[in-house]
Amino acid sequence: MDGIINSMQGVPLNHYILFSTIIFSIGVIGVLIRRNAIIIMMSIELMLNSVNLLLAAFSAYSGDPAGQVFVFFIMALAAAEVAVGLAIIVMVYRNTRSLDINTLNRLKW
Amino acid sequence: MIDLIWLVPLLPLLGFIIIGLGRNVLSKPLIGILGSGVVLGAFLLSALIFGDVYAARQAGEAGSFTISVFDWFSAGNVNIAMSFLVDPLSAIMLLIVTGIGFLIHLYSIGYMQKDEGFGKFFSYLNLFVFFMLLLVLGSNYVVMFIGWEGVGLCSYLLIGFWFKNKSYASAAKKAFVMNRIGDLGFLLAAFLIFATFGTLEFSGIFPKASTMVSGDGMLLLITLLLFVAATGKSAQIPLFTWLPDAMAGPTPVSALIHAATMVTAGIYMIARSNILFTLSPITMQIVVAIGICTALLAAAIAITQNDIKKVLAYSTVSQLGYMFVGLGVGAFTGAFFHVITHAFFKALLFLGAGSVIHAMSNEQDMRSMGGLKKHLPITYLTMLIGTIAIAGIPPLSGFFSKDEILAHAFVKSPMLWTLGLIAAFFTAFYMFRMLFLTFFGKFRGTQEQANHLHESPLSMTLPLIILAVLSAVGGFLNVPSALGGNYGLGEFLAPVFADSVSHTGAFHLDHSTEYVLMAASAIAALAMAFFAYRKYVTNHEVPQPEGAKMGLLTKLSYNKFYVDEIYDAMVVKPLDNLSVFFHRIVDRWLIDGLVNGVGRLTAESGKYLRLLQSGNVGFYLFMMVAGIVALLIYGVMKF
Repeated sequence: MDGIINSMQGVPLNHYILFSTIIFSIGVIGVLIRRNAIIIMMSIELMLNSVNLLLAAFSAYSGDPAGQVFVFFIMALAAAEVAVGLAIIVMVYRNTRSLDINTLNRLKW
Repeated sequence: MIDLIWLVPLLPLLGFIIIGLGRNVLSKPLIGILGSGVVLGAFLLSALIFGDVYAARQAGEAGSFTISVFDWFSAGNVNIAMSFLVDPLSAIMLLIVTGIGFLIHLYSIGYMQKDEGFGKFFSYLNLFVFFMLLLVLGSNYVVMFIGWEGVGLCSYLLIGFWFKNKSYASAAKKAFVMNRIGDLGFLLAAFLIFATFGTLEFSGIFPKASTMVSGDGMLLLITLLLFVAATGKSAQIPLFTWLPDAMAGPTPVSALIHAATMVTAGIYMIARSNILFTLSPITMQIVVAIGICTALLAAAIAITQNDIKKVLAYSTVSQLGYMFVGLGVGAFTGAFFHVITHAFFKALLFLGAGSVIHAMSNEQDMRSMGGLKKHLPITYLTMLIGTIAIAGIPPLSGFFSKDEILAHAFVKSPMLWTLGLIAAFFTAFYMFRMLFLTFFGKFRGTQEQANHLHESPLSMTLPLIILAVLSAVGGFLNVPSALGGNYGLGEFLAPVFADSVSHTGAFHLDHSTEYVLMAASAIAALAMAFFAYRKYVTNHEVPQPEGAKMGLLTKLSYNKFYVDEIYDAMVVKPLDNLSVFFHRIVDRWLIDGLVNGVGRLTAESGKYLRLLQSGNVGFYLFMMVAGIVALLIYGVMKF
């Protein structure tokens, strides 16, 4: 166990943080820019996973398993959220025959 | 019998309630009998109570009884009870109020017979008698104030009785507003009295006051405020203009309220608080000054008036001025004596005038009258007695009461006596002018009116006769020692004014001087009577019709010295302008602007805020991210 932790600490923590931030930003930009609903779902997944990575890294570096337990929660949550999100997308497609979110503007004043 | 004092005000109150509620269902005779009956009952009780007080005075006691009817309220140090004070002063006022009140109720049965508001009239009259009785019976300033305000209210109700006429209604409003200005003085004085003496009961205040030093600052303030209240109620300068306008009410109202009772409330109040005034010489001088000025001003106006009721109204203001002069020079008994005699002859004169107006089919202008002597014999005879009495011709009552005031005034200052004599000249002149224009000479009215001329029914002439008898013999209540009398009234009222007399010293005047003074005023009155006779009967002079050219003095007098116009310009117009300013600028612009502005602000901001709801999902997502970033920044900034 210690061996794994030692070899893991060979990579400085800052790398993990930077890496995670970049992936998170890519996810955010994807959510804001892309028009296809499924791509938006994928970007959300990307955000969640980048956070997972960072949590696991912190957990490894401080030897505290609480971080990894939290990752479990996030994964379960992500799964449930994807299920519901995809169900909504299916219904949207069935009603509007397209996945372009710019067509969903009936909530306009 | 004095224990039953609570019944005296209760009877008219019951009359008010029963007649007031049943004014449309009860029959007119029943209302008349009930309304007059309760006041007669109150009068009989008052006579018995007076007898008790008289017996006590004869036995040498002070004759002062305090009966507490019920505890009203207590708050902190203040304990106010509804308690009545029966002493020589209030016993006499009881007799006057209920006695003359009863005669006027009787008179009203005939006078208001054809009026559709008959029941309402009698209920108001009963309410007035109730409040007036509270005023004179109160043993503390609070009960007196209830009566004080109540009579002002009833005055408003009765002056504006024929309210459908706009000018009558505004005359009532004017009377009430001027009374209220005086009431403010009364209230402030009551507050100061409580602050100074710790109680509002007369029995607590007056003994404590007599130990205070003359000229005390607090007493000066209190008495000035009380005098302001008296000027409002008793129509002195500057608050006198409501009384002539109050002639808009039915004549019995003028007789009861504005001759015999309500206007004397101010005198009664000052007589009751005499020790406070005696210890404030400055206030006494102001009282004298205003009294004599009012007496002269009103007399000067009365000599050119053509409405019979206006002459009597200004005469009332003038005689009230006399009474205030009497109070101011320390002649408390004299002033109160004049209250009594004035009540008799002024009520008589007003009721007589009502009889004349009734006979003339509601004509009040004396220029249309004349020669009524043969058509209205009883009215003429009684009014003749009243006129002789008010002019101060011996041996009728006016002579004795006026002379007592003038004698005291002479001792204070011969100049004051001279001014009082001049006012007596005027009084005799305008009263006889009124008599001669109305009853002598040829009839100057229309044929219509001539056909309806008739003497009034018994219900109207009986009170006239009774009051004439009282006016004739009333003087013998208080015959001065110079004429061999023993000051009956003065002796009776001695305990009420004892403290004041001990401060100022007893009144002394040589009998020879007093004879000269008496002769002077009697001759003055007779001389003016002859002068008026020569002018209006021998020379058949008739006052000019409306719009005729008049000399400057006549014009000033005829237009009431423009006092109403001055008040209009000085007080009413600025208040109106202030009111308009508040309405247009403060109310419409500021307040409505504020309130409407808030509404408009909400609507406008809503108009722009709703643009956020574009329905664009991408935009919503962007706002979510922006919000989270802002929160993050805020969180970082905090730490």
